[in-house]
Amino acid sequence: MASESSHETYYVPEQSKFPFFASIGLFLTVFGLGGVLNDISAGASVTGSTWTALIGFTILSFILFQWFATTIRENHAGLNSAQLKRSYVWGMGWFIFSEVMFFAAFFGALFYVRQLSVPWLGGEGDKGSAGEFLWPQFQAAWPLLVNPDPSAYPNPHEGLNVTSWSPAFFAGYLPFWNTVILITSSVTLHFAHVALKAENRKRLIQWMSVTVGLGVIFLGLQALEYVEAYGHYGITLDSGIYGSTFFLLTGFHGFHVTLGTFMLTVMLIRCIKGHFKPNDHFGFEAAAWYWHFVDVVWVGLFIFVYCL
Amino acid sequence: MSAAHDHHHGPAKGISRWLFTTNHKDIGSMYLWFSFAMFLLGGTFALVIRAELFQPGLQFVDPLFFNQMTTMHGLIMVFGAVMPAFVGMANWMIPLMIGAPDMALPRMNNWSFWILPFAFAMMVSTLFMEGGGPNFGWTFYAPLSTTYGPPSTTFFIFAVHILGASSIMGAINVIATILNMRAPGMTLMKMPLFVWTWLITAYLLIAVMPVLAGVVTMMLFDIHFGTAFFDAAGGGDPVLFQHLFWFFGHPEVYIMILPAFGIVSAIIPTFARKRLFGYDSMVYATASIAFLSFIVWAHHMFTVGMPLAGQLFFMYATMLIAVPTGVKVFNWVATMFRGSMTFETPMLFAIAFVVLFTIGGFTGVMLAITPVDFQYHDTYFVVAHFHYVLVPGAVFSLMAATYYWLPKWTGYMYDENLGKLHFWLSFVGVNLLFFPQHFLGLAGMPRRIPDYALQFADFNWISSVGGFLFGFSQLILLFVVIKCIRGGKKATAQVWEGAQGLEWTVASPAPYHTFETPPDPALIKAQ
Repeated sequence: MASESSHETYYVPEQSKFPFFASIGLFLTVFGLGGVLNDISAGASVTGSTWTALIGFTILSFILFQWFATTIRENHAGLNSAQLKRSYVWGMGWFIFSEVMFFAAFFGALFYVRQLSVPWLGGEGDKGSAGEFLWPQFQAAWPLLVNPDPSAYPNPHEGLNVTSWSPAFFAGYLPFWNTVILITSSVTLHFAHVALKAENRKRLIQWMSVTVGLGVIFLGLQALEYVEAYGHYGITLDSGIYGSTFFLLTGFHGFHVTLGTFMLTVMLIRCIKGHFKPNDHFGFEAAAWYWHFVDVVWVGLFIFVYCL
Repeated sequence: MSAAHDHHHGPAKGISRWLFTTNHKDIGSMYLWFSFAMFLLGGTFALVIRAELFQPGLQFVDPLFFNQMTTMHGLIMVFGAVMPAFVGMANWMIPLMIGAPDMALPRMNNWSFWILPFAFAMMVSTLFMEGGGPNFGWTFYAPLSTTYGPPSTTFFIFAVHILGASSIMGAINVIATILNMRAPGMTLMKMPLFVWTWLITAYLLIAVMPVLAGVVTMMLFDIHFGTAFFDAAGGGDPVLFQHLFWFFGHPEVYIMILPAFGIVSAIIPTFARKRLFGYDSMVYATASIAFLSFIVWAHHMFTVGMPLAGQLFFMYATMLIAVPTGVKVFNWVATMFRGSMTFETPMLFAIAFVVLFTIGGFTGVMLAITPVDFQYHDTYFVVAHFHYVLVPGAVFSLMAATYYWLPKWTGYMYDENLGKLHFWLSFVGVNLLFFPQHFLGLAGMPRRIPDYALQFADFNWISSVGGFLFGFSQLILLFVVIKCIRGGKKATAQVWEGAQGLEWTVASPAPYHTFETPPDPALIKAQ
């Protein structure tokens, strides 16, 4: 097979130890985690399972670090044809789509309980008879501050702000500032990208640092928000469906922001090391896409969880 | 990992070839062997069920263990046998069919595979845990799986999580391969239908596996952190579980059948020695089925109570699926019409697929009729319906594919007589096994119950006999495959007289690396 001048070789690594050992790491992580959760729920000691999970997670992290490092080295060594680079682009794009669908499940649950099941339990709508038979005194409301059966799911405290939409209200409203912060961070990230394409490394590092900083501030404010929810409002994971949807939606978003901040930090380090070229910086773009994606999810959260 | 110089050497020696491979053929073979092992394990669980149901009364197992068997049988067959088998076929055949050197992301490809043995080790190990394994059916409805589930449910949840990760990575790989790796001249509408059906299947996977991850995550939080997603006492709803599950679950059943359509669309033209009738309409029908699969999920839930408008919508949308499916069946029959047919084992399985899958499709239309479903729901009629589409449907297509491509994989012809024996025993066995279950269901026998009323006895023993016949016949397949790997009549590159497509232009067995430079565009013909 003589190589044709028009054909670039698609680089297929001969062998790799990463996938197999990453599988072991992943398995130990979830197996240990399952043990931890079961032990806690059964009131037993969790030591062994904790170690299993930690060892697994260490292996997984180490392998993924090496894996990404190898991929970067291959690119720097010029092994990646234009076609191979397109594979990474497709891969990241559809990975983000799968994340969209993950959030869709939680948004779907939110819409379902707000539009259907809570009203039904309150005696309204097509299946309103459910309310009559189960908890006749229950009144549908959102945010749900009085649960159908408060002995099973303790009610949040009274006095959760009802949104009043005045400028003064927004000034003291954490989610509003978090929205501002995340949207700003998307813009600063875009400036960093522009600087990267213009080969202005100093500007690039400045804007990347600002973006990472904004991500960290967002996470800090979100932690504050949780303290407020738990301490002040009594909205907890086990305080009924309002807390359930609130914490899983914002919690998974926060987890994704954490991951995104981590990715951007890695990109910042790579910017400092000078890894990127104006025409070859897909690692940066992938992280940026991911960041814009968590930003968009937040806008959805702000509208449907906080405002409406 | 020096790249440029050692391109043409063969596989590594020893176990490291399999543990560390990046080769799509190795990974495809591992997927196929793994899925066959799971097929036998899940089949063994099914035989436990059929042994218990051989006669009325409780014979062999206690009801709790029976529940674990129905659950694990379903989970293993869906996630361990059928899905990985199709992924194995995709790994082996897609690069060969589109003239690509390998899958687009070869290392991630191996990760997708190696997650599976660990995930299933964890899932099967639940059977030995305190309180037993999952016992709530493969659909794991809340609150059976949350409030009332055994402690091992946690491990089941995490197994589903990592299986989902494996599927999503596999699907991303398929999409990147098909969209990015086609040889010059291989335009979308020249792709073999197997490639088309897998492309669409991969989109279904990416769209619904994350929803499954979401729903098991909600279960995990309901169980361990006191959330109220599926508990009305806290404002949630157990029916919410069913909506989320079936939003995943209905596309899931198409994930298990669309690649089968692709396989049958490859085999029937070969042995009818005619081009596939209506290629374009096949592509559009596949896409239509995939689209419809997202808007029919609640037909699994007619009896939980749903607003009338919902019942009507889901009934009509479901019936609509019969239209593109009918297009496909018509096209397969029209392909055979006045063809020069021969009946080698792959063709026998493919024709049986068309006939028996269509029966499963018809009972599907019956179940789609809401008022009628009120009677059929949760009876053996449903069991008969989905086993007809999955066993003589999906599984038969996998057997057809195995016989069809085995000479290309091994370089030898398989034993045709044994293949035919395997087919006829499977064909008789599967119909004995599942056809009487229609009558049992119509007469009111509920599914997932270890005992039954006396009037169901006759059909149940017939079904059990069929089950054992079908189950043990599969050992013939194992024997044929091993025999074929070890030797036999040399296969030509073309293998089958009427076969079309790039996979038949490479030698048999297919060299370890193929299409490192793209094939001659003149070899790429319209289907």
